[in-house]
Amino acid sequence: MTVTLNPLYRFDTFVVGSANRLAVTAAKAVAESPGTVYNPLFIYARPGLGKTHLLMGLGHAARAIDPNLVVEYLTLDEFVEAFHAAIAAGHGEAYRKRFLDVDLLLVDDVQFLTHRREMQAELLRLTDALQTTNRQIVLTSDRPPAEIEALDERLIRRFAGGLIIDVSAPDYETRVAILRRKAEERRASFSDGVLEAVASLEIDNVRELLGALNRLVAFQAVNDKPITPPQARELIGGATERSDGVTAARRDQATGERASAESAGTMPSEQPAAVPPPRRAADADEFSDFLSEISATVAQQVDAWRTQIGAAILRWEGEGYRTGRLQKLLDQELVPDPAHALQSFECDVQRLRELETETAELAPDLVGSAAFRDPGDLAAAESLLSRAREGAAPPSAPSPLWKLEEWVEGPSAKVAIEGARTVLQDPGGRYNPLVIVGGSGAGKTHLLHAIGNGLAERTGGSIACLSAPEYTGELIEAIDHDAVGIWRSRYRRVGAFLLDDVHLIADTDRTQDELFLLYNTLLESGRQMIFTSAVPLSELAGLEPRLRTRLEGGLVVELPPPDREVRERVVARTLEAKGAADSDLMEHLANRPADSIRLVVAQLQRVLNAAEARSVPPSVALAREVLDGVLPGPPAEAPAAAQARKSGQRSSGIVAPTVGGARSREKMVWEWPDLSDRVLEDWR
Amino acid sequence: MSLVNFTAREITCKIVYYGPGRSGKTTNLQYVYGRVPESRRGRMVSLATQTDRTLFFDFLPLELGSISGFTTKFQLYTVPGQSYYNATRKLVLQGADGVVFVADSQARRFDDNLESLQNLQDNLLSQGVDIRQLPVVFQYNKQDLPRDLILTHEEMDDALNFRSVHSFAGDALHGSGVFETLRGISELVLKRLAAGAVVG
Repeated sequence: MTVTLNPLYRFDTFVVGSANRLAVTAAKAVAESPGTVYNPLFIYARPGLGKTHLLMGLGHAARAIDPNLVVEYLTLDEFVEAFHAAIAAGHGEAYRKRFLDVDLLLVDDVQFLTHRREMQAELLRLTDALQTTNRQIVLTSDRPPAEIEALDERLIRRFAGGLIIDVSAPDYETRVAILRRKAEERRASFSDGVLEAVASLEIDNVRELLGALNRLVAFQAVNDKPITPPQARELIGGATERSDGVTAARRDQATGERASAESAGTMPSEQPAAVPPPRRAADADEFSDFLSEISATVAQQVDAWRTQIGAAILRWEGEGYRTGRLQKLLDQELVPDPAHALQSFECDVQRLRELETETAELAPDLVGSAAFRDPGDLAAAESLLSRAREGAAPPSAPSPLWKLEEWVEGPSAKVAIEGARTVLQDPGGRYNPLVIVGGSGAGKTHLLHAIGNGLAERTGGSIACLSAPEYTGELIEAIDHDAVGIWRSRYRRVGAFLLDDVHLIADTDRTQDELFLLYNTLLESGRQMIFTSAVPLSELAGLEPRLRTRLEGGLVVELPPPDREVRERVVARTLEAKGAADSDLMEHLANRPADSIRLVVAQLQRVLNAAEARSVPPSVALAREVLDGVLPGPPAEAPAAAQARKSGQRSSGIVAPTVGGARSREKMVWEWPDLSDRVLEDWR
Repeated sequence: MSLVNFTAREITCKIVYYGPGRSGKTTNLQYVYGRVPESRRGRMVSLATQTDRTLFFDFLPLELGSISGFTTKFQLYTVPGQSYYNATRKLVLQGADGVVFVADSQARRFDDNLESLQNLQDNLLSQGVDIRQLPVVFQYNKQDLPRDLILTHEEMDDALNFRSVHSFAGDALHGSGVFETLRGISELVLKRLAAGAVVG
């Protein structure tokens, strides 16, 4: 049901008078056998005369008779809104089919069809379809069909083919009855004649009548003495006394019973003042009054829990919560402990609010999710929060191993490092985004993480630093778990976003979409973004132009292969860290060509590994052997010499002869220079 | 007795008019009977002596129709006021959901009122019912008589209504206060019923 039927709007609570009796009778007939008697039923009345009450009462009565009946109530505005939404989403047919499955369609306020030709056509089609399948449609309007401006003539004929019936303003008796019932509902009691006095005024709109009653209740609540009929008339003020001749006589009839009774000889003239005068003793309305009051009492007392639950439904629905759980209670004959049921519902609503508040902090775009509106399914809300919590885990941070001060700076990377320093000084300001382009192993990742660590230190905020494949992988997982919103929120909260290898998102449409959205969000809020790419942006195929242009709009710096100075410093630092500083080796390795730092480090590591395996210090000769395969290595040393070398002792250089004459070590060439190294060096 | 049957959606209230002889209990019922449309009332059973004194009891069933989906029935009883019909009074009191104590406002009936009220308490107690737990209202009947013959509403309250329950001035003969009294006791009964005191 588009809008749940107001549980208080039932036939039971509708005061029937001559002005609306016909409409009520017709509505009841339709409720008893929808689709057969008056189809369509068109009820019109001026505002405030109970059209909506009657329409919903019809829905309630029909469902009470046949609980399986599919009843849908909606206002024309909702009808139009749903139609537009369906058309916009390309679900026009589904929209039509939805209404064709309804057994009893209640459409309120159709006067707003004015000048809505497409909706008129849709309603005409729907009316025909429902009539064909013996399904009922009931409509209300504030004017008869013929007076709805620019209404399709065919629709007018369709409506006329059913029953068009009006509800006119309530007569005096009905107004009195309405006032009495509502006063009872408010537990307000007035002196005799007060309500009659109000009913005698020129108020023929039920809402205004109730407004007048509210004023009486409020007035009486702040005054010590009960309000009198003249005061009531004066209080209601704006309304003037009716001129239809019903007033004075009836009011007198209601209030001046004593005089009439006395004049009729039904009461002794010596009657003491303490005796209340007989109320309308002359007629039989005493019993009707009694019945009316008892009805109100029964409604209040016996079925009070229904009223309480009905009020709770109204309240919570008004706040946007689903009330199916409470509605089920209304379907029961007896609820042993309605207060407990309501309290339990309220507790669950409170819990939903807490869950939503917590979720809002983690994933703002989940606020308003349907899961936080159904107290009957707390598990769904808990699950959503749980997912938000998972998603709220901070994204991958930069590796703490990589610091900017450890990044070896060479002349060729000067622009890049200056860009990085500027970003650290002014995050999100001057260079946003910063795009670092360089070949594999050029140190992009190191620099990216180093900047990330610097940003973390400087801003103290959460810094997301991850590779493009990781980013895509997370997105896929989020899609898989229907948690894209949470995942998205996770990155929208970061203080800076650093994405390594952005070239790897080429041809990933969804990732690029998400990155585009994230880019805009972060840029608008002045948060720094840094990207690295192994491919120059201009050569990057598969990247959407809108993203490419944005990346190019920041600062694009190139990270070239390490120059000799960089290589030398990398080698020196590593060797020093190992306690194996050897200038020859340093020189040798620095001179070796390498297009990436990674390669330099890898080469040095191989030499170090070999040295460790052989228990010899790393040396140029070892490097030549390991890296270039130059053999043989040094001859096997005498155990004593080996031992001396192990122990770090320096030998004299004179080796004692073992066979034949003495041989000076200084005359022996143990380590031949690597010719290729020299050649290459010369080439450079 | 089962007052509200939610399964059958029925409400049945048994209201007993109690009081000294000739205080106007039957007159109350007769007045109600006279105002109820024929379709809503059952046959009023009245067993009276030749001098119109209630011999056994009066019984007036009222069908109030469907109220909030409940078929609502009121059963109004009177008891014989004369002191020697106590067994009948006990019988009629059984299962009462509410009592209207109809007191005679005449000053000379003061002791009769007190005696009858005491009798009501005793009879209820003998059935294990505490009068403080039962809906009771007072009707001070015959307030239409000359003031020098009667006690006023306030004086009657002072004399009988020491628990300050609802009380009504009445002139059952002419109908004054009859429906007010019935409404008063009905509301009390229905409220008690809503509080879950007697739910079937």
